[in-house]
Amino acid sequence: MAAELLKIKGLNAGIGEEGILHDIDLTLNAGETHVLMGPNGAGKSTLGNVIMGSPVYGVSSGTILFDGEDITKARVDERAKKGIFLSFQNPLEVPGLTMDAFLRSVVRERTNGPLKILKFKKRLEEICGLLDLDPAFLERDLNVGFSGGEKKKAEIFQLLLLEPKLAILDETDSGLDVDAVRTVSKGISIFKEQGGSLLIITHSTRILDALTVDRTHVLVNGRIVKEGGGELVDDINRGGYAQYA
Amino acid sequence: MPEMRKDSPIDTLNAAEEERALYDFKDEERDEDFYKVDEGLTEDIVRQISREKNDPDWMLEFRLNALKVYKSLEVPDWGPPIDGLDMDHIVTYVKPKTKMQASWDEVPEDIKNAFEKLGIPQAEREALAGVGAQYDSELVYHNVRKDVEAQGVVYTDMESALTGKYEDMVREHFMKLVPVNDHKFAALHGAVWSGGSFVYAPPGSKVEIPLQSYFRLNAPGAGQFEHTLIIVDEGADVHFIEGCSAPKYNIANLHAGCVELFVGKNAHLRYSTIENWSKNMYNLNTKRAICEEGGTIEWISGSFGSHVSYLYPTSVLKGDGSHAEFTGITFAGRGQNLDTGAKMIHLGKNTSSFIDSKSVCKSGGISTYRSSVEIRKSAEGAKASVNCGSLMVDSISRSDTVPAMDIRTDKADVGHEAKIGRISDDAVFYLMSRGMPEAAARAMIVSGFASPVSKELPLEYAAEMNNLIKLEMETG
Repeated sequence: MAAELLKIKGLNAGIGEEGILHDIDLTLNAGETHVLMGPNGAGKSTLGNVIMGSPVYGVSSGTILFDGEDITKARVDERAKKGIFLSFQNPLEVPGLTMDAFLRSVVRERTNGPLKILKFKKRLEEICGLLDLDPAFLERDLNVGFSGGEKKKAEIFQLLLLEPKLAILDETDSGLDVDAVRTVSKGISIFKEQGGSLLIITHSTRILDALTVDRTHVLVNGRIVKEGGGELVDDINRGGYAQYA
Repeated sequence: MPEMRKDSPIDTLNAAEEERALYDFKDEERDEDFYKVDEGLTEDIVRQISREKNDPDWMLEFRLNALKVYKSLEVPDWGPPIDGLDMDHIVTYVKPKTKMQASWDEVPEDIKNAFEKLGIPQAEREALAGVGAQYDSELVYHNVRKDVEAQGVVYTDMESALTGKYEDMVREHFMKLVPVNDHKFAALHGAVWSGGSFVYAPPGSKVEIPLQSYFRLNAPGAGQFEHTLIIVDEGADVHFIEGCSAPKYNIANLHAGCVELFVGKNAHLRYSTIENWSKNMYNLNTKRAICEEGGTIEWISGSFGSHVSYLYPTSVLKGDGSHAEFTGITFAGRGQNLDTGAKMIHLGKNTSSFIDSKSVCKSGGISTYRSSVEIRKSAEGAKASVNCGSLMVDSISRSDTVPAMDIRTDKADVGHEAKIGRISDDAVFYLMSRGMPEAAARAMIVSGFASPVSKELPLEYAAEMNNLIKLEMETG
């Protein structure tokens, strides 16, 4: 059996007194692709944010293990450095901070020793090529004035540059046109080919067409109500979520 | 951005300076060398300053007149409190005892830490803090000067200008734009001014590299009552940079400098300043520019440090079609009350002005943006745009906006936009999710906010300013 990369045990979390996630158990092995599905408001994004360590949510009980280490109380940046990446549903805009300067700071922060500028620049160009992006894109302020598609491409850009162990993709395909979905899917496939693991949060299935899904979790009202293999995605497409309520 | 710091003027100075520091010792002055300090500013003291500086007679007269005006004016009462200044013993600010500056141990901890974090070598730290030997970077300075001299550009210290062949030019312009009766601290400046820079750019000259006053920050008395006089003649183009990111420490915590900029017909002057005063400083500086027909003045201003600041660079758009831009950022941290902004006075036809001002406050700091745009009746076709943004890093800090406009012609086009915001927790989480520690994430957001200013600075200064922001964000 492959090594357990992410292991969530008996997780209860919410905002203040209000519980959102209840008794979540979820295990994702290295190299696997999991899908987290569920109706709007089920708590899917919350789970992604709690794994990343968002200060908005509190964990009242349970543990999150990553690579065998208990990260339940770890800081957000520590989790990132251990290899967790969250692609945001709504990436934040930072005026005045260019993509290039941002990526440089991030890579420098995550690299021991000096940053090899030429190699770094070459890598940026490569990824621009992979994602059909004009390198002028890197001169723009982070997410400022980006279209929906550009924002998601920028997230996938960071995913490919940072090469985390686990990528949590929160509605990465929502609101994208067909071409953008294709580009984003291509980026995700490359990440997977490099050995990356995926937890894909979605309520549609377009992005899954090009991927082999190892496991599907259905989240309703903050509880995992059904689990299965990739075939579960098709069941949901046919019967909706009502069958699990 | 460490790899950029290689080019910074701070690094290039080291070797020469450390060498000098080994040999350069200053005799400690004895207490009895000083006038008694338990009295106000007297004519005797002003005469002595004038004598020490070898003033021409007219300058002595000027100083004495300024002293009279000083005594007749009240301390301003419309801005942040300055009652921490001991006005009854103003002479202690004018003639600080050098003996008190002579010990590194007496330099406040926060200043020492800032030097440490900015990576400034010990010899220079001591010089900047005013406790080390005066360092003389005449050599470096001289090389810069040779380049510009070839074009007939004069760049020298005020004292030399005053006694040399530019005396008449100095006399014609000195404190004509900022008259001594402008306010009490302008009068004080007129009476006791010392040090500063003089620049004259003849018609048509273009100085490619920025002139930097940084090298002479530690000339005796500079950095307290220094006077900067820049005259850019018809069609000439100059960029002048003043200051550096290192905190300037002075035991006498009053700074009342004066900057006068004369921009000739179709001339262009860019005046950039990065100031980082020690946190006990009262910074009451007066800066003013006047533009002739078709002239352009650009102010780039980064204000850090000080306990209290009053700073409103003023542009007088006298000539038709003249243009002024002000781009500035102010950073107020714990215990700081910074009142900054800009003033634009439109006199000529089709003049235009543009203000882009940013302020950041944190840890209880108070930052007030105060501006005034005056469009006189004569200024038909004038355009003015004011854009000010404030960023509050936490909920205990305070930001105020006081924009005034006085428009006397209906043939003017005026726009104003003000925004006050806080750092978004979501944005901090977003940056942290990429691996940035919280303080660094916040600093990135603030640096981004400040980028309209840093973009306008030469690379090494921009890098220094970003380091400074990082440092301010890290300290409580």
